[in-house]
Amino acid sequence: MRHIISILLENESGALSRVAGLFSARGYNIQSLTVAPTEDPSLSRMTLVTFGNDDVVEQITKQLNKLVDVVKVIDLSEAPHVERELLMIKVRATGKDREEMKRLADIFRGHIIDVTDSAYVIELTGTSNKLDSFIAAIDPVLILETVRSGVSGIGRGDRMLKV
Amino acid sequence: MSSNTAAMSGAEILVKCLQAENVDTIFGYPGGSVLHIYDELFKQDKIHHVLVRHEQAAVHAADAYSRSSQRVGVALVTSGPGLTNAVTGIATAYYDSIPLVVISGQVPTFYIGQDAFQECDAVGITRPCVKHNFLVKDVKDLAQTVKKAFHIARSGRPGPVLIDIPKDVTAHKTEFHYPDTINIRSYNPVHKGHQGQIKKAAHLLLEAKRPMIYSGGGVILSDAAEQLTKLTRYLGFPITNTLMGLGAYPATDQQFMGMPGMHGTYEANMAMQHCDVLLAVGARFDDRVIGNPEDFATHPRKIIHIDIDPSSISKRVKVDVPIVGNVPDVLDDLIKQLEAIGGKPDAAVAQWWETIAGWRARESLKYRTSPEKIMPQAVVEKLWEVTNGDAFVTSDVGQHQMFAAQYYKFDKPRRWINSGGLGTMGVGLPYAMGVRYANPGATVACVTGEASIQMCIQELSTFKQYSVPVKIINLNNGYLGMVRQWQEMFYDNRYSHSYMSSLPDFMKLAEAYGHVGMRIERPEDVGPALELAFSDKHKNDLVFMDFIIDPTANVFPMVSAGKGLTDMVLADDHL
Repeated sequence: MRHIISILLENESGALSRVAGLFSARGYNIQSLTVAPTEDPSLSRMTLVTFGNDDVVEQITKQLNKLVDVVKVIDLSEAPHVERELLMIKVRATGKDREEMKRLADIFRGHIIDVTDSAYVIELTGTSNKLDSFIAAIDPVLILETVRSGVSGIGRGDRMLKV
Repeated sequence: MSSNTAAMSGAEILVKCLQAENVDTIFGYPGGSVLHIYDELFKQDKIHHVLVRHEQAAVHAADAYSRSSQRVGVALVTSGPGLTNAVTGIATAYYDSIPLVVISGQVPTFYIGQDAFQECDAVGITRPCVKHNFLVKDVKDLAQTVKKAFHIARSGRPGPVLIDIPKDVTAHKTEFHYPDTINIRSYNPVHKGHQGQIKKAAHLLLEAKRPMIYSGGGVILSDAAEQLTKLTRYLGFPITNTLMGLGAYPATDQQFMGMPGMHGTYEANMAMQHCDVLLAVGARFDDRVIGNPEDFATHPRKIIHIDIDPSSISKRVKVDVPIVGNVPDVLDDLIKQLEAIGGKPDAAVAQWWETIAGWRARESLKYRTSPEKIMPQAVVEKLWEVTNGDAFVTSDVGQHQMFAAQYYKFDKPRRWINSGGLGTMGVGLPYAMGVRYANPGATVACVTGEASIQMCIQELSTFKQYSVPVKIINLNNGYLGMVRQWQEMFYDNRYSHSYMSSLPDFMKLAEAYGHVGMRIERPEDVGPALELAFSDKHKNDLVFMDFIIDPTANVFPMVSAGKGLTDMVLADDHL
């Protein structure tokens, strides 16, 4: 099962590699991992998407909690939450494809953020599934390049991950 | 609070920090990056530095210093190869949760990342085998980092912590202030167990009809042997101690069942498998202890698991009553709960003891004897007699380690010093050094084999330099004995590269290093040789006893890797 793990960790050099190293050393999967400092610059927040049964995910959260640099860990997917991922995709936009790409971007509520005479860069935010669907809707020969941010997530309502 | 307003160099600060932590001994080896530190060590006399012959031995010695006392061991090595040589020692300590602080030199900060001479990514290389590590980039952070390192190493589930210090940081100056306390917001190990869970455990224990207590290294590390013994006697239940837990409960006591696991006794393994309530204390259901977890799970039993590390709970075996907490605190609470309830254990426990008596009658530690050849088991039994069961015994890894664990009946904690988790050959000799430094004047025996001892044999020179009078019991069968045993049992006697045909004359080798050497080839000479070695005559000597043993002796009982715990091969089958 897919789990979204949110981690607050000390914003120190090496903290990221401790988390990544833990996953490779113990054979856990990482589907995506995203990390950036929080409003408190001494802390980073990481969102990590992994797959595993309940026992494996329980071990993952316990092992993460054991890392000295890790302040707090929650499994976001255990309760209501919002998740988003950012996609930037460069597509060929010439001839009739130029108009079609624009329409497709509109349908998915994406934005064209860079334009040349032959290509667009489209920005799209949403769940990973939505981004997958958008990519699937584009003729593969028109896709020049894609980059995805990985999933970021946050709990709904009063559910918070704070020090 | 230690404070000094005059600016000090990083090297001076480091030494002052170690003094503030009451470190009396460090094991190390100098090199370019740590020269400023060594210069400060030279100028003081509070900390005794032991110059080993290889950095691996420095860490092993510091490790045993810690295992045999309640203190944090300290090792000091230089950058690059100094650090890489130390890695085996660090990993060994990590797998057995031993509190260590290892200090490594590093190239100056402005050289880091430029492939400088003797540079290596110490923090990167050690990351998977330390509890935590630090690279100190600013001398202002040094004192605080040392404080954190000692705190992290000894608290919670203990472990080794590495502090990597670039050379320029040891030269830079700042004011020295060693904090009294430290607060790390991301690190708050628990102490007290959950009272509701402890109450549940107490009731479960009193309802048990076939109870079993299984304790591991966590009891030794947290100094909970007293509480464990009190609880076990209160309940009158059978108890087994793992390889890492030997000595937590007196091995000569009637309630002691011997060691469990791959080379555990018949009765311990049968009771582990067939009990209806298992109390696991500071143990982690290791593969060498419970065998195949699926087979272990085929027998329904309720499991209570006390451990300070939440990740140890339900990792390999699902437990019913998890109690996360510091073992002695939890055991104290558990005893209080039992006393408050005031109940007596179930009457059916008497029947359970009868079943156990039947298993004990198998005498699973009985071994083949010979008038011609020295049996290794007999050497260990004699060692126990000669040392009144009261020596510190270190071992290496292999058959001799299992013989020592099976036949030396440890009645006290922290007396049995071996590498359980990582299984590092070569630890025995440096372990003996560390034990003797932590316990001046103590009787220390190193039970080893001719293969293991050669992995750190250079330390005989260190023992001479510092006059460290330990006794080495070399069980010499010419083979990598445990490898040979597996090849005999599972590879149809194809002894692939497990025989050493060119061994040194260990007696002469010991003498060459300035020690006393003995060679013992006849069974009748075993007792007199041991008595002489441990007599006052050799009180101040290192005695190297080379016992030429029966090369066909195997370790039994044996549960093959991946098999169920009760699927044992017994010595009977091979007598």
